[in-house]
Amino acid sequence: MLRISRALIDQVIAHARADHPDEACGVIAGQAGSDQPVRFIPMLNAERSPTFYRFDSMEQLAVWREMDDRDEEPVVIYHSHTATEAYPSRTDVSYASEPGAHYLLVSTREPDETEVRSYRITDGLVSEEGVEIAE
Amino acid sequence: MAIEVRIPTILRPLTGGEKAVEGSGGTLDELLIDLDSRHSGLRARLVDDSGLRRFVNVYLNDEDVRFLGGLGTQVKDGDTVTVLPAVAGG
Repeated sequence: MLRISRALIDQVIAHARADHPDEACGVIAGQAGSDQPVRFIPMLNAERSPTFYRFDSMEQLAVWREMDDRDEEPVVIYHSHTATEAYPSRTDVSYASEPGAHYLLVSTREPDETEVRSYRITDGLVSEEGVEIAE
Repeated sequence: MAIEVRIPTILRPLTGGEKAVEGSGGTLDELLIDLDSRHSGLRARLVDDSGLRRFVNVYLNDEDVRFLGGLGTQVKDGDTVTVLPAVAGG
């Protein structure tokens, strides 16, 4: 179960809508061990692609160091699908390497409705989880 | 002095849970071979037949080694090597 505030979900959706039709991606950091997403960090999609995303490696280093300094971890890793449903693709699964993170996917394929779903991806296995949004 | 290598969560089972380990070598390739002698399996998670794996980012101090010399990048005592999983997908 992912528990997340409405404000953070709105920021993720706004980022995904702004970058549509390219995929948007980013992190929501939280205190290590808390499982609580707090700090919204939109990342560049170095691929600038409608079908692929990759964090820019230098931006990632800076953000990961900052999280380390603040005793945070990537509680949520989000990205958008712009033409398909919010379900992890084979590529998503093959790259997933934060077993402690919630992988949040949003789909912007419908103009007025944004699908938001969350998953754990561990050892190549996807399990969907509930999303509880605190208003 | 040695070279500090920072290890991401997903690879810590190979380092007995340690966040950072130390090694030596004149190039990144030699350093990874040295580390693998004490942390068996670590090198294979970072390197395949064609070089550094696409799934990982390796940094020497503040630079991505892909923009330096890849596995041939020169390293020396006092350097810090950071390994991060690439965050990517489709």
